[in-house]
Parts: sequence; C-alpha cells; structure tokens
Amino acid sequence: MDAVVGESQITYDARGLVEVDDTVLGVAVVKDGKATIDASELTTRKINLEIRSLVYEQGIEDVTILNPGGKHSLGVGILTRCKMTFEGSLGYFALGVIDGPEVTVNGRVGWSACENMMAGVVVINGNAGSLTGAAIRGGDLVIKGRVGARTGIDQKGGTIIITGDAGSNTGFMMQRGRQLLLGDVGPHLGDSMYDGIIYVAGKVKSLGADCVPGEMTDEDLEFVTRKMGLYDLGTPPELQKFVCGKKLYNYDNLEPHERKLVL
Amino acid sequence: MCGIAGIIYRDGPHAVGEDMKQMLQSMKHRGPDSTGYALYGTPSEAFRMRITLADTNTKRDFDFAERLVRRRAEVEGRLHAVGASVTEIDETTDYTSTFTFDYSGDLKTLADQVESVRDTQVLSLGHALEIVKDIGDAETVAAQYNLDKMQGTHAIGHVRMATESDVDIAGAHPYWAYPFSDIAVVHNGQLTNYFYWRRRLERNGHRFQSACDSEIIAVYLAERMSEGASLEDAMNQSMEELDGVFTYLCVTADSLGMAKDELAAKPLVLYESDDIIAVASEEIAIREVVPGEIETYDPFEGEVMVWTR
Repeated sequence: MDAVVGESQITYDARGLVEVDDTVLGVAVVKDGKATIDASELTTRKINLEIRSLVYEQGIEDVTILNPGGKHSLGVGILTRCKMTFEGSLGYFALGVIDGPEVTVNGRVGWSACENMMAGVVVINGNAGSLTGAAIRGGDLVIKGRVGARTGIDQKGGTIIITGDAGSNTGFMMQRGRQLLLGDVGPHLGDSMYDGIIYVAGKVKSLGADCVPGEMTDEDLEFVTRKMGLYDLGTPPELQKFVCGKKLYNYDNLEPHERKLVL
Repeated sequence: MCGIAGIIYRDGPHAVGEDMKQMLQSMKHRGPDSTGYALYGTPSEAFRMRITLADTNTKRDFDFAERLVRRRAEVEGRLHAVGASVTEIDETTDYTSTFTFDYSGDLKTLADQVESVRDTQVLSLGHALEIVKDIGDAETVAAQYNLDKMQGTHAIGHVRMATESDVDIAGAHPYWAYPFSDIAVVHNGQLTNYFYWRRRLERNGHRFQSACDSEIIAVYLAERMSEGASLEDAMNQSMEELDGVFTYLCVTADSLGMAKDELAAKPLVLYESDDIIAVASEEIAIREVVPGEIETYDPFEGEVMVWTR
C-alpha cells in the first residue's frame, strides 16, 4: 500500500511525520482486532508507518510491537486513542508527542521518552534515561524502575510517577503538574520550578533554587492514593511534599511592549 | 555529539575487535567523522608501538610515498639508537606501522625520539594496548586494519563528530596517556578548563599530540596514577578538577572505568553481568554484543565506576 501524503491513500493528518513517498510494508499480523508487528528487521520509519497505518487507517485499537531492539523514536506522534505494547526496550525519544494512547513498554527506554506527551497513559516496566517526560502537558507517565537526570524538565501538566531512584535536577523548571518519586532523589530537586507539586518518598540529596517543602494536605493524600491504586503500587508511604517558594517571581505583569502602551 | 563504547570480558579473551566494531557501527549516526579503537590483546613481553607517519591532512605530493619509506627507516634507526631491539615491523597501511621491540629504558625518551621524526605520531605503546584510529566509520577502519580477527579481554572505542578540532588522526580518539604505557581514554563532551590543565601539565613536562580537549583526560589520569593514585582515585579526583560536560571511559592493562560529570549531560548506558560488562552512549550498541532482552540503566551524575577483569 502506498501512503502518499495529499493523495487518496493517506487519510489522516501526517503532520510531517511521514515521507511523502514512503510505503507501508503491511507486515503486521492482525487477529481478532489486535495487530502484532515483528520489528526486528524493520527500520524506525517503517515501524512507525506501520503503527500509523494500523491505528489511523485500519481502525485497529490494539497494537503489539515485538523486538523493538532499542531503536530510537518509536511510537512517536500517535494522536489517537489506542493501546500499544512494546515487548522490549526502546531507544531515545520514544513515544514523543503522543496524544491519547495507552502504552506499556516491557523494557527500558532511553533519553527523552514521552517528550511533550499531551494525554494518555504510558507505563514503562524498566529503567529510563535522562529527560524522561520532558515538557509533558498531560497524561500519566509511570516508570517502574530508576531514571536518569532532569526528569520532567519543563513539565507543564500531567503526572510522572517513578518507583525507583531519580537523578539530579528532577523537576527542573517544572511549571505545572505533579511528580511522585517513590525512591531516593539526586541533587537539585525542583530547581527553578515555577509551580506544580513534587512528592518524594525517599531521601532527597539537595533542593534546587526556590524549591521548598510544603504541607501535605488531605487532597494530596487522596490524589496519591488514587494514582498508586491505578498502577498497582500499593498504599502511599510517608511522603514529603515540595513546591515552588515563589522567591524568584520577579516578573513584571506586563511585557515590555505592553508596558510602553500603558505608560 | 560523539559516541563511546566499552566492553570488558571476565571469562577470558573474546573476538573483541569484531564486537567493538559492531558496537561502534551501530552508533555511526553519533559521529561519522572518524573511528578509533583501543584494544587489549594478549599481553606480551615485547612492546608493541603503533605509529602514523603522516596525518590525514598531510599533503599527498610527488615525494609522499618516498618520504614515508624514509621516515619509517628513520623511526627504526631511532629505536635502535635508544637501545630497543626491533623484532618485527608490520606495515599496516602505507602511512601507519606497528613496531614490535624489546626495550628496558625510559618510555618517554623513546616516544620523544620517535615523535621527533617529522609528522610522526605514536598512537599507542604498551605490552597489550593497541590503538587504531582513522577517518571513516567503524567498518571502514576495522577492515583497513584487519581488526576482525583481533582477540582480547577488553576494549574501548569512539565514533567522532568533530566539534573542537580538525577531522584527522591526531584529533581522533582514543588517546593514550603519553608516555605511560597501556592507558587509553575516550571521551564524549567538552572540557572548559582545557588550557588551564594543558599549561599545567605541560609545565610538568608532558606534551600533547593534538589540539583536542579530550587528550587532557588521558594525560591527567596518567599523571595522577604516576603519583601513586589508583585508577578509581584518579578518576574521582578528575571529577573535581576537570570542568565541563563529559562522560569518559578509561582502560588500563586490567581494568575499565567510567566517569560521568556532575550535570549528567552526556549519556551512558550500562549493562553488567557475571561475564561481561558493556557500556555505550546508546543501548543499541550494547544489543549488538549482548543479544536478547537485557536489563540496562544509566549511571547517575558524578558517578565513577571501575571494573577489573
């Protein structure tokens, strides 16, 4: 099947994610509405095109990808509700800019997994690299393992849950959303955060600039209990809460050009 | 960007040349400019020295071939002059050679003598260490230097995307810790206090082959180890004293070490089992040598680890 952007074959918005003359191989095995792709011999582009073809054009809602082999940029830009399961590890930039899918990865992910995720659920049953959940805006990202540095950098919404230890600068410049860190945390937690909440169960090596301890409330506990229940993580342990101290809030309310207009 | 990889076998020699080639080739996208290998074969009584008689950017003019022959003879002459007895000369390519010789004197004197031959660089010198580096991807370099058959216990490698200096053999990694035998380093990142350390080490009598910042690490570690520090201590000290963003790997005759800077800005993935330890900038490289689903993780910021075979 030819997937030609702008012609009849492609019906969805490819948004620059597909080469104009690329071809869907059609190697997926579809059975009872569920598709399985063996990715061992496929290139990144072919795997992503195959997934797109299944979920957008053939209306399949459950896709399993076997042998992803640590390849980079798999499962990116899926903007519809569906179920994806990766049986193996993914490389860098996995599952970036997704909006809606429910993903399980039975393996490890590299740097920048789920970057800019808009909505959906991603559960990683393994470790993750640095910059996990960078700039996510919504959805739940659950890592059942340890993560590298700068998890949830520039987070603008959603929830990141880490069951293992986290590296330095976790929650760096986060602006909204919540992080639940069940292991120990490296230095500079929540450095220069603007807003949002970080819950930590383990030891915190040091706090970053303008990150301060907060009061745990009933709402916090209710939120954590609900999220941990959703992902079979048991009952909440003793948690510390960290929020923005708002000492670095030295902003003018108006942009320079606006100020000129007013004055 | 650059890609680095390291492997150490705990159960004796393996086809380390082939394994390292596959690891590096899978990371070609991280650095297509040049590729380098530091391989540890079976230690021998004699020294093995790899040299280049001309660099990539040396003019290939009318007399070039003749000059190489003359220089090779000159190197051999100087080895004799310092008291080394050369047993074998392997002319790997027209501009590189491997000398095998017995020698009991000062290594710095010998290396200085060899390098005083015009355009000549000592790539490696030791009882087990062999450094091979050239421009091109991992497969090109491995084929050029017949690395596929090479057996060994541990190795590091590097694919380079040049940012701080020229694309040539002098700028390619790994670096050996001139003049300390059997130590080599590969590095991914930038060092920001390069000139500070270069001047300091030069005042202590060290000399530098290239204008590449990574060379500092090799010489720095060798200097610390010559003062009596263990590899691990030297690496821990480097975390305090070297500035910048870096992840580097270091090998000695019997161990492999990794160090990651305080900012954890450069990647490294680690796989550890009972008989093999593999580290690389990307997991795909480790998968080339360890098939099947494996458990890997990223070391944390400021971490130093050393494995002994």
